[in-house]
Amino acid sequence: MTPSHASANFFTSKLTDALGWARKFSIFQYPFVTACCGMEYMATNASHYDQDRFGAGFPRFSPRQSDVLFVVGTISQKIAPVLKTVYDQMCEPKWVVAFGVCTCTGGFYDNYATVMGIDTIIPVDIYIPGCPPRPENVIDGLIKLQEKIQKGEQSRGLYDPRLKTGRPAGMQQGYSIEGQIKHREP
Amino acid sequence: MTPAQKVQEQFAPEILEAHVFRGDEMITIRASALRAVAQFLKETPELDFNFLMDLTAVDYLFYAGGRIAKEWRFEVVYHFFSLKYNHRMRIKVALDEKNPEVDSLCDLWACANWYEREVWDMFGIRFKGHPNCKRILMYEAFQGHPLRKDYPVNKRQPLIGPQI
Amino acid sequence: MTETRSMLLNVGPSHPATHGVIRLIMELDGEKIKGVEVEIGYLHRAFEKMCETVMYTQCFPYTDRLNYVSPLINNVGFALSVEKLLGIDIPLRAKYIRVIMSEISRVTDHLTCIGATAMELGAMSVFLYMMQAREYLYELIEDVTGARLTVSYVRIGGVKADLTQGFADKAFGKIEQVRQVLIEVDDLLTRNRIFFDRMKDVGRISPEEAISYGITGPFLRSTGIAYDVRKASPYLIYDRLDFDVPTGTTGDNLDRYFVRMAEMEQSLRMVEQCLQQIPDGPIAGDLTGCIIPAAQMVDRGKMGQTQEFIEDEVTTDPTLQGSTRKYYGAINAMRKDVVLPAKEDTYGNIEGLMNHFKLVMYGHGLCPPAGEAYFPVEGANGELGFYIVSDGRDKPWRVRVRPPCFAIMAALPKCLIGGMMADLVPTFGSVNMIAGELDR
Repeated sequence: MTPSHASANFFTSKLTDALGWARKFSIFQYPFVTACCGMEYMATNASHYDQDRFGAGFPRFSPRQSDVLFVVGTISQKIAPVLKTVYDQMCEPKWVVAFGVCTCTGGFYDNYATVMGIDTIIPVDIYIPGCPPRPENVIDGLIKLQEKIQKGEQSRGLYDPRLKTGRPAGMQQGYSIEGQIKHREP
Repeated sequence: MTPAQKVQEQFAPEILEAHVFRGDEMITIRASALRAVAQFLKETPELDFNFLMDLTAVDYLFYAGGRIAKEWRFEVVYHFFSLKYNHRMRIKVALDEKNPEVDSLCDLWACANWYEREVWDMFGIRFKGHPNCKRILMYEAFQGHPLRKDYPVNKRQPLIGPQI
Repeated sequence: MTETRSMLLNVGPSHPATHGVIRLIMELDGEKIKGVEVEIGYLHRAFEKMCETVMYTQCFPYTDRLNYVSPLINNVGFALSVEKLLGIDIPLRAKYIRVIMSEISRVTDHLTCIGATAMELGAMSVFLYMMQAREYLYELIEDVTGARLTVSYVRIGGVKADLTQGFADKAFGKIEQVRQVLIEVDDLLTRNRIFFDRMKDVGRISPEEAISYGITGPFLRSTGIAYDVRKASPYLIYDRLDFDVPTGTTGDNLDRYFVRMAEMEQSLRMVEQCLQQIPDGPIAGDLTGCIIPAAQMVDRGKMGQTQEFIEDEVTTDPTLQGSTRKYYGAINAMRKDVVLPAKEDTYGNIEGLMNHFKLVMYGHGLCPPAGEAYFPVEGANGELGFYIVSDGRDKPWRVRVRPPCFAIMAALPKCLIGGMMADLVPTFGSVNMIAGELDR
């Protein structure tokens, strides 16, 4: 490699690192809060378990101005199109955090009204399970998100419940009865 | 005289069942008598039921696995409360599945509007005279009435996403 | 040629000022609100259908998530309904514990409501102070139940575990800290010009309309009608406690704020009275003789002084299962067909094991007689009633929860029409809509 190529690669990799560093410490989140996890989200945002020290303290209530979509709480079938619209309105680069087990895999709401995991609709980067997750869990997830942002990685794929591909191992619940309808025994 | 006894005295031919269980008085009436009974409960000065606390329905299809016989399928349950006298009353309206229709109480109590929409959404029971009977908890594209016993608990009808 | 039409503005399901997901389609004439249509159901999670598919004790986690800011009140309401169906009574200590936890939950609900409303009106620090006060109470709840938010603490026939040792002292300390926070918030908000002007005469509703809409709770009390289920039909031990029911006069947002602040103070008073009146459990008394704390036993064991251990009895935390047989009678109705046996009996003798099996296997379990019961409880938003129909088998036939904020949301258009667009924010905040309870 000629010295000029080597120095060009050195500068671009340093630039990517610097961009990643800047992005990870200035997270503008869109909290799509629906249910009980919202309480723990508020607790993580408050002064006891401060989220602001990670740079993630100021939620932007517009999808056009935010870069991380925190989906907090159960997503029902009625609000799923709204979630997809909000995700589509965000600008690149964007990340999605599935906060709470209802958004990861559907939780224990295996019924006619719930989406069993938002990764069937939008691609998810970080899964924070818990019902609701403790603020320490949330901060753990936030740090993992920061590592992902530093590297500039983004998830792109959706979960296919028939093939069971697209979700990390250990999160394989959710559509456990694909195609099988559960009747109440008489 | 308790409120239930007053109602029984006034509407004796319309009453199908009346009993007291664990201190709650409940009367089951025919669908045609509902408006008369509701107006009687609201307007009689000694009863003065000014609160309609709750309006819901129960589906008795295959109740107790068939061991307890029930002659009708649906019961619409009204819980009334009187602020002045602090007494409660439960009125149940018996409906069968061929024609589940009952009068609406929207003009007597304003809260009946939303409660009846929810009963229509969940059970498919129609309310005559309701100004705006459309789905309230489910989306319009949803077909079927989820809280009926013959609707399976996890039969999803997704708007977007995998169709399972 | 000019033509005037009103504007349709969609305050969409995902909005910062709506706590939870709800859609308001507003018809605006400039800034004035001419019409409002409320659309709910965005968090419908089929609570009632799920409860029909599981056994009675398994319904408790679903009830936690109804009104998720005051979960213990929902638990208590459901348990009281089933106990009414069964016709059983619970021990006095269990009643006191349920009241203590209910009132602490009520305080967390009002803290969250006022905190969120103030934040939306611009008072960010009030929100942070309220959250800090809520954290103090979460520490108390976590000590006893093990979880901060979704506790599933109450059981049919009693509660899951007794209070921890030293709970009373810790609780008195935390209550003092919460009172300090409330004094600070009072100083910040009550005579604040901006807060006062934005809340006064906004979102008014008359008492007759409130009754017609079936509204109960702080919303009704702010119009002047002093209806509280704890006073009208007292349950558990509310008839032994001395508390006031604060009422407002005009039915606007400011009165609701005052009613909630006063109710928090009354709830804290009730918790203090309960802690003074509560009958002692079996752990009262001193620990001399041959009962030693577990930590001391471990220390002695490490130093090699293990003689007499076999005769010594160890005290552990009452929330630790495996050590609860002596507390069991004080916190659970000792009915074999309703309450699980203590773990020492389940693992220790065959009768306990069979009793345990008969209560947890599908097809068996606690079976109330066929019938129905409705039990109203004072929730943080109003009368929370559980109507349970049983068919004599192990799963409920129908569980209906009467959501207090359903009636209030039906009346929301009445409160908003005629006001300005900006009045939506404080009115909606003072309604304290909890989507988990509204949509179930």
